[in-house]
Parts: sequence; C-alpha cells; structure tokens
Amino acid sequence: MGTEARLSREVSQRTAFAFLALATVITLTPVLFIIIYTIINGASALNWEFLTHFPSQAGKAGGIFPAIVGTFYLMLGTLIFALPIGVLAAIYLTEYAKDNWLTRLINTAIMNLAGVPSIVFGLFGLGVFVLTFHFGLSLLAASLTLASQALAMVVTTSREAILAVPKEYREGSLAIGATKWQTVGHIVLPQALPGIITGVVLAISRAAGETAPILIVGAAFFLPGLPQSPFDQFMALPYHLYTVSAHVPGMPRSTMWGIALVLLAVVLSFDVLAAVIRIKARQRK
Amino acid sequence: MVAASDTEESLKRRLRLGERFIEGWIFLAGLLAIVVLLGIVAILLKEGLPAFGYTPPWEFLFGTKWYPVSEPPTFGILPFFVSTLMITLLATAVAVPIGVGCAAYLAEVAPSKVRETVKPIIELLAGIPSVMMGFIGLMLLSPLVQSIFHLNTGFCGLTASIMLSLMSLPIIVSVSEDALHAVPNEFKEAAYALGATQWETIRHVCIPAALSGITAAIMLGLGRAIGETMTVLMVAGGALAVPVSPVEPMTPMTAAIASGIGNAVRGGLQYQALFAIGLILFIMTLAVNLVAERVLERQKRKFAG
Amino acid sequence: MHISIKKWFMLPVVVMLVTALVLAGCSAETGSGGLSDSIKIIGSNTVTPLSSVWAEDFMKANPKVSIAVSGPGSGAGIAALIDGMTDICQSSRTIKQSEIDQAKAKGVNPYEIQVASDGLSVVLHPSNPVSELTIAQLSAIYTNQITNWKEVGGNDAPIVVLSRDTNSGTHVFFKEHVVQMAGLPTQNTKLEYGSNVLFLPSTEQGVSEVARNSNAIFYPGLGYVTSQVKLVKIKKTASDPSILSSEKTVLDGTYLIARPLLFYTNGVPTGIIKAFIDYCLSPEGQNKVTEVGYVPLAK
Repeated sequence: MGTEARLSREVSQRTAFAFLALATVITLTPVLFIIIYTIINGASALNWEFLTHFPSQAGKAGGIFPAIVGTFYLMLGTLIFALPIGVLAAIYLTEYAKDNWLTRLINTAIMNLAGVPSIVFGLFGLGVFVLTFHFGLSLLAASLTLASQALAMVVTTSREAILAVPKEYREGSLAIGATKWQTVGHIVLPQALPGIITGVVLAISRAAGETAPILIVGAAFFLPGLPQSPFDQFMALPYHLYTVSAHVPGMPRSTMWGIALVLLAVVLSFDVLAAVIRIKARQRK
Repeated sequence: MVAASDTEESLKRRLRLGERFIEGWIFLAGLLAIVVLLGIVAILLKEGLPAFGYTPPWEFLFGTKWYPVSEPPTFGILPFFVSTLMITLLATAVAVPIGVGCAAYLAEVAPSKVRETVKPIIELLAGIPSVMMGFIGLMLLSPLVQSIFHLNTGFCGLTASIMLSLMSLPIIVSVSEDALHAVPNEFKEAAYALGATQWETIRHVCIPAALSGITAAIMLGLGRAIGETMTVLMVAGGALAVPVSPVEPMTPMTAAIASGIGNAVRGGLQYQALFAIGLILFIMTLAVNLVAERVLERQKRKFAG
Repeated sequence: MHISIKKWFMLPVVVMLVTALVLAGCSAETGSGGLSDSIKIIGSNTVTPLSSVWAEDFMKANPKVSIAVSGPGSGAGIAALIDGMTDICQSSRTIKQSEIDQAKAKGVNPYEIQVASDGLSVVLHPSNPVSELTIAQLSAIYTNQITNWKEVGGNDAPIVVLSRDTNSGTHVFFKEHVVQMAGLPTQNTKLEYGSNVLFLPSTEQGVSEVARNSNAIFYPGLGYVTSQVKLVKIKKTASDPSILSSEKTVLDGTYLIARPLLFYTNGVPTGIIKAFIDYCLSPEGQNKVTEVGYVPLAK
C-alpha cells in the first residue's frame, strides 16, 4: 500500500510539474517572440542619427532623441511621485489604519483603480493638474497623471508585501522596545522590499509604455527642443510611435519598429536594474 | 545621575518627535492615495451622471443603438457591455491558470538562477506599449485567427482576448510569484516533515498561504485587461452589433470610450455618455473586486482556523 | 538597510520642497500665445503631420520662433482653444455651434481658416474585379443593405466594410456625404452606418487590412493610398461619369468626397501666428501639402 501510494503521488507531482513548466513556457514564448520580432524589424532603422537627432518631415526623417529623453523624464517623474506616496500609503493602510469595513473598502477601491481606462486618467490629469493646479501642459502634469495611475499597482503590491511579513517579526521587534516606526522601517520594510520592487517595476514599465494618459496633458508630436523645466511640453516614445504609425501617411514600417525597439530597450534596462536590486534584497532575507 | 537621565529624556523626546514626523508623512501619503481615488470617482460622477438625464439608465445599459454623433444622438451600450464581458471572461480563463501555474513553477520548482533571469523577462511584457501589442495583434495574430476559424476578418473578440491575456500575464505571474516566495519556510518545512511531496506542499500549503497575494495579482492583472484601451481598439474590430460569439468583430467598453473621446465636444452629450460608460465600468470592476475580497476573507478564516 | 530607510522619508520631503521651490520660482504658464516667440498647435491627428512639416520649415527660416505640435483630436484641440491652452487649433471638422457658444462664454472668438483639403478615396484589394461604384451603392454597402460583392458586379464573397471611428472627422463627413447621400435627390438624413461595419482607430490600419483582405473596402485620404490597394472610381449616379480621386479632381471639384482641413485661432491672427499662417497659405507652404499627402488649396 505504502509503495503504491508513494508512486502515484510521485507521478502526480511529475505531471503537475510538467504542467507548471508548460505554463512557464507559454508565458515566456510570446515575450521572447515579440522581442525577437521587434529586433528583426526595427534593427534596420537604428543608427546614430536615429538615436541622437530630432525628428524631421513629420517623423519620416531624422531621429527620435527628444522622445527618448522625454520617456526617461516621465519614468523618473512617475517614480518620484508614485514610489514614496504609494509605499507610505500602503504602510498607512496596513500598519496604522484600523481594520474596519471602511479601510477594506478603500483598499479594494484603490486596487480597482487598476481597471480604470487610461484615457480616464488622462482626463483626470487634465482637469486636476493641467487646469486646476495651473501646471499647464507639462512634464509635471504628465508625471503626476501617470503616478496616479501607478498608485493602484504600487499601493496594492506594497500592501501585500507588507502583510506577508509574519507578525512574529513585528512582535519580536516591539518586544525589545522598538517604536512602531522603527519596527516598520527596519524590520518590516526590508522584508517587504522585493514585493515592493515588483510593484514598482510593473507600474513604471506600464507608465513608460502608456499613450492615452499623456495625450492631453502635455505630450507633443513635434517640439523645437528638449524640455527645459518640468513645466514644458515633452515628447515621448509611445505617443510618437502611435502618431507615426496611425496618422502619418507613407510612414516606413522599419521606422515604426525602430521606435518600438528603442522603447523596449529603455523599459528592459529599467526592469533589469530593478531586478538586480530585488535579487540583493531577497538574498538579504 | 542627573546628567544621564537628562540625555535619556531628550533622546526619548527626539525619538517621539521623529516618530511623529514620519507618521505625519505616512498619514499624508495615505490621504493622497485616497484623494486620487476620490478624484477619479468624482470625475466619473461629475461628467458621467448627467448622461442619465438624457438617456434613462435602463435604456442606456440595455439599448443597442449607439449613434453618438447623429442628430438627435442615441446612446445604448448593450453591445459594449456584452463585448467587455465576453473578452474579459475569455482573457481571465486563459491568463489565470497559466499565470498562477507559471508563478508556482518559478517560486517553488525552478532553480533560483532560472527564476531571477526569467522574472525580469516576463516583467518586460508588462512594459510593451499597448500600441505595439496592437501591432502584433494586427499583423501576426489576426491573420492567424482569420485563417484558423475561416472568418471574414481576424479583427474579433478572440484576438483581443488573447492579446489581453498576454498583457495581464506578467502582472499575475510576477505578483503571485512574490506572494508565493514570501510564504515562510517554516510552513513548507512543517509540511515536508509530515511527509508531503513538494507538489502537495505547493497545493495545500503554499498557495492557500499566499492566496491573498495571488488574488491581488489576479485582480491587478484583470484590471489591466479590463482597462486596456489601445490594443482592443486596434484588434477587436469595432463593430456595433451585440456579439453572439467571440469570433465576431466587437467593441468593448474601453474601446467605445477611446473611439469617441478624441473628438467629443467637451461637456456635450457624447462626452457625458462616454464618461457614463467609464462610470459603469468602474462600478462593475468594483463589484467584482468586492466579491473577490469577501470570498478571500472567508478562505482566510478557514485557513487560519 | 539603515541608509535606505532614511531615504524613505527623505524622498517625499525632498520632492515636496523641490516642487514648492519650482512652483514659487516659475510663474506658471497660462498657455496663451501672447509670448510671441512660441506657438502652440493642438488638435486633429490628421493635420498633425502637415503642421509639423510647416513648423519645421518656418522655424528654419525664423530661428527665434519655436512651435510645438500635438494631437490628439479635433475636439480636444477646440477644447484647448477654448481653455486658452493653445494658439492654433488644427481641425479636420468644422466647429460646432455648441463649441462656439462655450468659446464665447469664455471670451474666445474662434476664427476659421482653411489650409488644405483631404480627398477621401475608396480602395479595394487589387484582386477585386469591381472598379467603379455609385454613391448609392456605397451608401448601401455602408448601411449593410448590400452585403455581398456579387451585388455590385464582383465575386460571390461577403463584403468586409471598414470605416473610421468617431474620433476622425472623416466618420461624420463620409456619413453625411456618402451614407446619407447629401446633395443627391436620394438624400436620407436618417441613415446610419450598419451594425456590421468595422470602426477602426487609424487610417493606416484600414489600408493595411484592405491590402491583406480581398473582401475589404475602406475610404482613406489620398495620402495613405499605396500601390498595394486599388482605387475605385466614384460615380454620382449610374449615368454620371466615374471619377478617380486625385489631387487634380479634388481641386477642380469633380471628385465628390473631399473635406477641408482647418486652423482655428482666437480672433483674427496677428503677429507671429499670422506670419506662420501666411507661410502655410503661401505657394511655398502649399507645395508641402502635396508632399505630406493632402490636397493644396486651389490657386
């Protein structure tokens, strides 16, 4: 009886693991395929001029330099606002707010923000940051808009990461006389860091590729120069890609893929950087 | 003696002040997040509610005629509502099992080197701009769907669902993987000590323990799928008929909003109707999230008890 | 880990301080074109490529001027004009009365200038034997009354009807002038697009699909027509001559489906804005129109 049972459990484990591995392959394949497809189609457009010059002739000539810079600024701007506010808000909602129906509703509603169409965030940003706060069509307004969208992801994943820290850790720390913040800051947060990083990576990656929210809060198709201050308009890779692919007659395909390839490279470098930090954080646990 | 307790006192005071200071920031951040939330709800209500003054809610939700730029315009969103349901359900059915399965593999079975290489690659999928996913859908997937199913055109709900699964997968995988990874080793070791195989441990210990995080992962991933605009705009077909099968061209709610908002007169009837769609979408997803929350609470109580 | 935790609360402090300083230091832009060295152009995606080519050339000749061009739609552009966030609104549709009312209420006087035209061509897959269609037939196709190519002299195959969505000015224009047959005795203003018509977000996508799908039909602007699709001649009625869309036929008015591309400004343009618009309307500027793919104004 014992051996049979053992064998059948072995078999179900093998089968299960095969399915899990299959799931992983199914997930990975499209990514790799898309990356390779983009490289094949876009590599021909990549040259020094493409990466360092300004666009010309409605994007059919010249380069995409200001769009690359704009996307960097946007990622940075979104990070500056979404990371601290998101993580601190998560701390508030988990460690300080009372666990009643209101808090649970707020948690669920914030998670719900992830499903709001990006165009609605764009209109929110227009109404609040561009018009009411008088920031105008600007990098600042766009960063705040993207950060608002990113909040759902950052707050929710940070919450989950903080909640996953076993309460024994907190109790131990409080038992030796640490204050609440010392516990949170020195014990809980470092443990939760890998999960927080994941949320940030997913949120910023998405922000870098978003078109709809930035359309009406400051993204431009053609600008004479780089943004000199957070109050200037800016160019961005996703918006540039969208306009040249959809609205410029006679656009060469390779240019479109070239822009896509550059955007992928920008996002990938951010993801890899964050992954390295996350690995270090996991090791320290 | 006096000197020692003085320093002690001032140290305690500074610590308490420092603590208050940081707690102030924490409270402020919490407030800001809530303010953004309220802001979105407010804008949806402010711009969307008036639409029901022109079209009664029943007619809006169940009407089938969407002619926003005619004189007089009519607003019925049943085609969009059904499309969203169809596309989202399909995308969920595909993305959730694959995503959680992949997460379980990465967290528990795969060697650490594999996990740390694969995770960022999968996360990259989240950063692919929606426009690009739209292209891939257009150029590669829709011709394929068209020939496999012998359709007139590959622009249909199925193509959109597949693209949406791809876009929610990285979120589901990555956040679930974190949740599984955070399950304390003691839980697993206890299971092994009782003689469980690794797979049994994953099924009966790890996944239930990480259920809250996995649910959050699914909700966030689904949220991305529901709220995705650009991609579905390009591949779902954009037809106004109420769809009967996934291989028809259709228009989900987000595409309906996006295909009118660029041109709508601000504050006009079409504008209001588009926001009303956004409002209904928000309420729908909130309802689903709240139900999931309830189910989760019950599961947690079962597990802890 | 000590250092990074301090960063947690230093970062928001830094952010707030920097933001406050920046806000205090810079006077926030009110976006009006009063600062005469910069021009903002916002609005239709259709006109964007044209405006950016004009902007580029104008800036080359006038290096002190800087011009910014953005989309994302005629409606958004008009809203920006009303809000005072732009100097020029580029539009592919005429402003509506309700928008004029909104503008006047805010003290803005929209002034319309036509800068180019766009000829909407009807295209099919090269293998499609159909070579001409009347307006009535087009209308029936786009209302799903005619659903098979054989009904208009083609193969026995279903028609895949492609259109632009309401974001594009062409949506309404095509509806009024083709679907509802404006200007013809058969005009019917109650007609709507059929429920099996596919509404696409971009012209480029429609043309690609026609090039791929032997049963598709679409109406792109002239500039988007490639050698991979086939132009269909349009007849007003069965007894009229059939006309091929081209710059010439749009200019001489024989081609029926052509729409104006417009600039709107707040009041009659002056100063640098006037200089720019004068350039756009000059022979030099109008030459660029053909290059980009639209039809210049008649001389």
